[in-house]
Parts: sequence; C-alpha cells; structure tokens
Amino acid sequence: MPIAGNIEAAGRWRAGSLSLDARAPGGPIERAWDKARFEMKLVSPANKRKHEIIVVGSGLAGASAAATLAELGYNVKCFCFQDSPRRAHSIAAQGGINAAKNYHNDGDSVYRLFYDTVKGGDFRSREANVYRLAQISVQIIDQCVAQGVPFAREYGGTLANRSFGGAQVSRTFYARGQTGQQLLLGAYQALERQVDAGRVKMFPRTEMLDLVVVDGRARGIVTRDLVSGAIESHAADAVVLATGGYGNVYYLSTNAKGSNCTAIWRAYKRGAAFANPCFTQIHPTCIPVSGHYQSKLTLMSESLRNDGRIWVPLNKGDKRAPNEIPEAERDYYLERRYPSFGNLVPRDVASRNAKAVCDEGRGVGEHGLGVYLDFADAIARLGRAVIEERYGNLFEMYQRITGENPYQTPMRIYPAIHYTMGGLWVDYQLMSTIPGLFVIGEANFSDHGANRLGASALMQGLSDGYFILPYTLGNYLAGEKFEKADPLSPEFREAQDAVAERTRRLLEARGRRTVDSFHRELGKLVWDYCGMSRNAGGLEHAIGKIRELGEEYWREVKVPGAAKEINQSLEKAGRVADFFELAELMCIDALHRDESCGAHFREEHQTPDGEALRDDARFSYVAAWQYNGGDPPLLNKEPLRFEYVHPSQRSYK
Amino acid sequence: MKLIFHIWRQRDGRSPGRMVRYEQDGLNPDMSMLEALDVLNEELILKGEDPVVFEHDCREGICGSCGFMINGVAHGPLSKTTVCQLTLRHFDNGAELYLEPWRAKAFPILRDLMVDRSALDRIIASGGYISTPAGSAPDGNAIPVSKEAAERAMDAAACIGCGACVAACPNASASLFTGAKIAHLGLLPQGQPERARRALRMVARMNEEGFGQCTNIGECEAVCPKGIRVEVISRMNRDFLKASWTARRAGAD
Ligand SMILES: Cc1cc2nc3c(=O)[nH]c(=O)nc-3n(C[C@H](O)[C@H](O)[C@H](O)COP(=O)(O)OP(=O)(O)OC[C@H]3O[C@@H](n4cnc5c(N)ncnc54)[C@H](O)[C@@H]3O)c2cc1C
Ligand code: SF4
Ligand code: FES
Repeated sequence: MPIAGNIEAAGRWRAGSLSLDARAPGGPIERAWDKARFEMKLVSPANKRKHEIIVVGSGLAGASAAATLAELGYNVKCFCFQDSPRRAHSIAAQGGINAAKNYHNDGDSVYRLFYDTVKGGDFRSREANVYRLAQISVQIIDQCVAQGVPFAREYGGTLANRSFGGAQVSRTFYARGQTGQQLLLGAYQALERQVDAGRVKMFPRTEMLDLVVVDGRARGIVTRDLVSGAIESHAADAVVLATGGYGNVYYLSTNAKGSNCTAIWRAYKRGAAFANPCFTQIHPTCIPVSGHYQSKLTLMSESLRNDGRIWVPLNKGDKRAPNEIPEAERDYYLERRYPSFGNLVPRDVASRNAKAVCDEGRGVGEHGLGVYLDFADAIARLGRAVIEERYGNLFEMYQRITGENPYQTPMRIYPAIHYTMGGLWVDYQLMSTIPGLFVIGEANFSDHGANRLGASALMQGLSDGYFILPYTLGNYLAGEKFEKADPLSPEFREAQDAVAERTRRLLEARGRRTVDSFHRELGKLVWDYCGMSRNAGGLEHAIGKIRELGEEYWREVKVPGAAKEINQSLEKAGRVADFFELAELMCIDALHRDESCGAHFREEHQTPDGEALRDDARFSYVAAWQYNGGDPPLLNKEPLRFEYVHPSQRSYK
Repeated sequence: MKLIFHIWRQRDGRSPGRMVRYEQDGLNPDMSMLEALDVLNEELILKGEDPVVFEHDCREGICGSCGFMINGVAHGPLSKTTVCQLTLRHFDNGAELYLEPWRAKAFPILRDLMVDRSALDRIIASGGYISTPAGSAPDGNAIPVSKEAAERAMDAAACIGCGACVAACPNASASLFTGAKIAHLGLLPQGQPERARRALRMVARMNEEGFGQCTNIGECEAVCPKGIRVEVISRMNRDFLKASWTARRAGAD
C-alpha cells in the first residue's frame, strides 16, 4: 500500500500508485526461507530443458546464477561486455566475504550477522531478505571451498578469518588481497564447465542495450556485438540482470572503467522500478587523486583498518613529514571519537570523519585531501613479516601507484565512491516490478539498506546467484505459460529500432567535446552535490546543471568512427548518456529523502555531534521510482517494518 | 614529460597494419601508461582521427584485460606490473616507445592493440575446474588444507589470464597459463578426483587452439605480471605424463 506522498519539491516528482508486494513470507523469520522454498512451484527436470534463460552479466552474481541454472538443466545465454566472463568487475574485490560460520567461537551467529547488516544499513533494508542472506552465507563458503577457492588457512588446516568494518567478530573469509578474484574464478570455472557441456552459450563482448517486454513480461534483450557492431535480439522465457553497480556515474570511482548503468536504466525505462538510487557508498580508504588526467581511483582494502591507525595532525596546516610529527601532535580521530569501534567504524562514518578533518584544514598530502593510515605500531607489535603476509600485495600496489613505501611512511588515503546500494527494486523472490525480469547482485537494491558493510557484497552476489535465484526463477516459470517469444515481433523490432536510433544520434551529433570531458564534468557535479554530504539547495542546483549539461551532451558530443565496427567511444557514449539520466534521478531521490540515513547524509539532519539523524516516522520505506515518460518520475513506497531489530540510532561509540 | 610513441594501427584482422608515430608532451610522471593513451585518444578524437583501440577495465592489475608489448617486452619494463599500473616515472623523458599487440597465432588481432584471447577461456572450459554443483558441498572445514598447500595454490591461482606469457614466448605457448590452473587445482585435496582428466583435456585443448610447444625458454615467467613460476609447467607435464600412462595402460587392459 503506498503511503501518501511528501511535499513534492518544485514538482520534481509525483506520487505513484504501484503496489509493491515484497512477497516476504510471514511467520518466524528463522523459518521464512524454508517456508518460501516449500511453497515454491517446481519445474520438472524434463521441462527445464525447454526453458531459455538470459543472464546479463558474468560477475559473481551472473556467473554463479548462469552456472547453477545450467546445472539444473535450463538453457542459458550469458552476456558480458568484456572479452571474457572472468574479467567482470567482481574480480577486483580485495578484502573478503562474510559468513556466519562462527569458526572462531567468538560469539558470531546467523542472527548476529543479520543484526549487524540491518543495523549497518541504518534500518533501511527488508528484514526477511537480510535474514536469508545471513543464513545462506554459511553455504557459500562451503560451496567455494569445494570449488577450490584457496582461502587463507590456519596452521592446523582450518579456514582463517579476519574482522572487517562494522563488526566486532571475525567472520570475514579471504584469499590474500584477492578474494573477489578467487571467488569469481570459482564461479567462472563452473560457468565454463557448463559452456563446454553446451548448456550455457556465452556471449562475451556483447552489450545489452535494451530490454524487451511482451504482454507485460520480460521476454528478451537487444544487444550490440562490440566487435562487428551488429544490433541483435535475443528471446527467452525470463531475463536476469546481474550487471553490477552504477558508481561510475561519479566518473572517478573504484569501479572498473566499463562498469555502467545501461542495462538497469533501460529496464527502468521499460517499467522496472528503481529503488533508493541516492544510496551510494563512499569507501574511506582509497588512494587520493593525483591529477586531472586521473581515470579512476584505487581502493586500498578496508581490511587495512584492522592493523592501520588513522590520524591527521592535531594542528591545521601542519606540513611536516609524518614521522616528524610527535605522538602528542597527532589526532587519531576515529579512536578518539569512537572508543569501542575505533578504526573499524562503518564506512560512512569513517568517510564523513575524513572529510570533516580535511574540511577543517587538517588534511595531508599535496592537495590536503588525505588522511594517514599508519602501520608503524602494527609493524612494531607483530613484525614486518606478519604485516607483509596479511597485506603484502596491497602495500606493493600502493607503492607502485604512489612511489611511496608504506612500510616506512604512512599511507595517504581519502574516501571515494565505491558501491551503490540503490538499484532495481526486487521482491523477496528477486523479481523486479516487471514479471520475468529478475535482478541480482549489486544491480538490485536489496539487503544493504542505506549502507553496506564490508565483505557483504560478495556474499550477496553469490547468495543470489547460487542459492536464491535458481529456486525463485523456477517458481516463476512453473506458474506461467509460455509461447515461444518471436524476435521478429513488433516489440523486439521497436526495441531494436530504438537502439539503432540512439546510436545514430550519438554518431551524428558531431559536436566539439569528447565523451570523457562530459563524463568528468557530470561526475564532479554528482560528487559535489550528491556525494558524501547533501543539502536541498545543492541538490536543486545539481538537478538544473545536470539537465543543462545533458542537453549540451546530445548536441555537442563528438563520437568518432562508425556503428558497424569496434568503436570504444560509441560504447562509452551510450553509457554516459544513461548516466546523465540516472544522475538526475539520484538527486531527486536524495532531495526527497529529507533525512539522513547511512550513506545518505543530509546536512540539514544531523545530531549535535554530527551524526546522521534518521526520521523513521517519515522515511522508513524504500523509495521505488517509476519512469514517467518526460514527466517527473513517480514515487512509490514500500514500507519497512522491523520486528526483530529495533530501530535505534546507530552508535559505534 | 615527453614521450614518443610508435603505435601499431590496424583496422581489423583483414587489413594490413603499420606503426604510427605520435609525440606526446606535457605528460605527468605519475600517470599510468593507459592514462597517457587516454590523453592521446582525447586529442585524436578532437582532431577527427580514430582513437587507439586498447583493452582495459579494472586499471588495478587484476582483471587481465590490458596488455601490449612495449619495446618488445610484454607489459613493459617493470617486473610484475601490468600496463595499467605502469606509471610513466619508469621511463626517461623523451623516450621512444613501440607499442604492439600480443602476437600469436591463437590470438588473432581485432584492432590496433586489441586481440582475441578467447582461446584461453576454451582451455579452462576443457577441464580447468572442480565439478561441484551448487548445494553439493560439505562443510568448509570438513577437509583441512595445510597452510602451505593453500598458499602455493594461491600463488598459482593468482594468474589473471592476460596472455602476456603467450606473447613473450617465441613458440607462443600457453603452458604457463595452463600450468597455473593445473597447479592451483592439483595442489588442493578437492582437486584430486579430476586431476588426471584435467591434465589430459587441458593440454589437448591447448594444442588444438594453435598454441606452440614449451621448450623451457622461461620468457613467460619473466614477463608474468603475477609472478607465476615455471614450476607450474613441470607440474603440468608430470600430471599429463602420468595421466597419459594410466590412460594407455587402461586402454591396453
Ligand atoms: C575495488 C573494489 C573492491 C571491492 N571489495 C569488496 C570486498 O572485499 N568484499 C565485498 O563483499 N565486496 C567488495 N566490493 C564490491 C563487490 O566487488 C561488488 O559489489 C560485486 O562484485 C558486484 O558483483 P556483480 O556480480 O553484481 O557485478 P559485476 O561483478 O560488476 O559484474 C557485472 C557484469 O555485468 C556485465 N555487464 C554490465 N553491463 C552490461 C551490459 N549493458 N551488457 C552486457 N553485460 C553487462 C559485465 O560485463 C559484468 O560481467 C568491491 C568493489 C570494488 C570496486
Ligand atoms: S600466467 Fe601470468 S602472463 Fe600468463 S596469463 Fe597468467 S598472469 Fe598473464
Ligand atoms: S586493466 Fe585490468 S589488469 Fe590492467
């Protein structure tokens, strides 16, 4: 049931009338997933073969889903824009993956992981989903170990763990600083095994550019072959989007350069609701920007905060080298302000505090946009060898990029955009508001609320792909009747024409500015006004600017080359065009959410000591936006109820 | 700083290619090699020319997308570093750099510095996995793995599939890549049941894809950005020989 709309600032949005049924099972939360599975309809093995499923994306979510669906007997087509599914952006995750195994006997449990995730998300996620995620976390580790993921081990041969931001227990499993790589290779290998068996047809270097909806159900996609440039249609009984996050709307981010919002944005324009687009996460530990040519930002895993101590000089403008600053003139501000969590406070808290000390003029490095992450104490306590074993490759990477040796001088870090909690709205079954369109991994909005805890994205992607979608998709298929979708039908033709028309417009604008120059400018606007902190005036300003720039984009962009060839500028141009539209929706969402929660920090709403101030009475809901042609988007609300974890102001003191 | 680039330009697999000279001034030594190419491409676009096509994605040395020869060395002069992480401070001001794509029969050129490396995926598909359908796994701690085995498996598993080893090898062999996967899985208890089959199939596929034979030259190890050691090739050969003997004996029975 939609709740009555807020005041609609300057007609930026209107109230929608979608009924958002989350389909979360009632009853005790511990049994909800069992109950849901029991109630699901099943597809018989003989019938599975008759269903064609499209999976767009081959990251942790997409590869695990495609492999598992094929193992079950479905016919799968899997798409990615890189030359190999193994290169999906998940490969870059460093730190680890959470699971409530309690192997360390330190008090962890499914319930505690559930509790931490709901609280860490600042009470803006759906309890039933989060509980299920915590339950499944345990199975994921088993699955990955069996696949040969070389997780770190103790001397006795058992699995090792470390702790991560926002948690007081050691529940993070890791494979050196390459956890995402190893988990993805596990899923990729399972996927390739199915490719060899003929049950998955893989389409690398193929980009989805539109979704095709027939009679209200998702029945296919339109793609561009990135080598030949051919625009093609693919029909199926269901479409799964696993296309990752949209952090690159900020231009500079820790995401891979190709990460984009095109697939989910096209789906939004075909009727899928987009939830909480303004919930974007800033990661506290990235290497600071060094120049205007900078093409992306590099993350330093937050696992470093386990042993590194964060500080800035006590006094403004202290330009001395770090080792010349005596203890008494250093401010270990996180340890000071948050004695119980110290350097391990959640990401949003760590990021905002870094911004605050830099805004006070106490930042370090050439541009004053940086804080120290110091390992001197840890090296003295544990010895260099231990630190090298834990973080060797991260230290190497830091040195390679900055030319500085972090064993000797503290690292400099600064927050950067890293993850997007927002995404397409999905119900408990991971289905969007378009029947037959499922969304998994970072591309959906589920589970992390307004702030994601470290090491929880890998867990969510694999949980969705290995253990949830394979059931819920079957439930959908079993309950529907399908005639074969015809790629020559008017719906497919219309979508294909629309794609060809956009391509033509981009190529024929023949303006005076490159795609990157627009993207950089857009990114700066979003970072300045819809980044670490936001306010109504700034957001209004940004919306106006984004529109202006977006109009200029279609007039002035210069895309060389032709449609029917390898054309990387054209690929980028399409993605950036979608980022413009998404950026506006993000700002509208941030403007409408007149409270602070998690990573969404509205300056108007803070406690006297600068902490985020939620407004549960007005905003305890998921904002699910609906495309409304050229008119302001429609706001629909899924109310959130907390029966287990009682909303409280988060406190990491 | 200033650099003089000579870059291989080739429209597609059917057209001939050639080196084209570009002079770049005002570069910042903190830039990566790919950022220098970004700057060049921005200029080319504004001049109405086709930008240089090269592959990249993560720009953190982990996805394996990037890679080309710099003055004849795969990924350039800095050891254990992909071109996306190679900063210009490692070159002399005014240096001349020759950028060329990976050259191997199994890697057809698609355009400029971009080649088709899908043969590497097909090698993995032939046997580079442990068959465990989702849901069938025992508890993660059910099978202990010694710390040493886990570490050595991780060393081999670090391969990013970039193809530099193939490009550096005078025989264009993919043995380092294939051996790395065989070693990773073969070092773990979970990988034992399929060990023989894996070696037989992966080696056979490698040959079918048109990669050359390994003659122990070791250029691959020298350029590998992830420090994969040639020992993995010996492991592959041992596993392959053993499996071939067993297969032959079984055939004779
Ligand atoms: C540097 C970094 C470090 C991280 N570290 C951690 C960590 O330690 N722990 C943790 O839990 N999380 C971490 N994360 C977050 C986590 O890695 C991601 O959220 C997660 O991997 C996303 O997985 P995914 O499968 O949803 O999407 P992705 O891995 O991004 O995959 C997206 C896939 O979709 C395809 N695709 C996208 N658009 C299209 C299109 N239009 N057409 C066709 N294909 C398309 C791509 O080719 C790709 O295959 C990290 C993120 C970053 C940036
Ligand atoms: S073995 Fe090394 S050089 Fe060869 S593909 Fe793997 S990472 Fe690249
Ligand atoms: S771009 Fe990913 S390894 Fe270089």
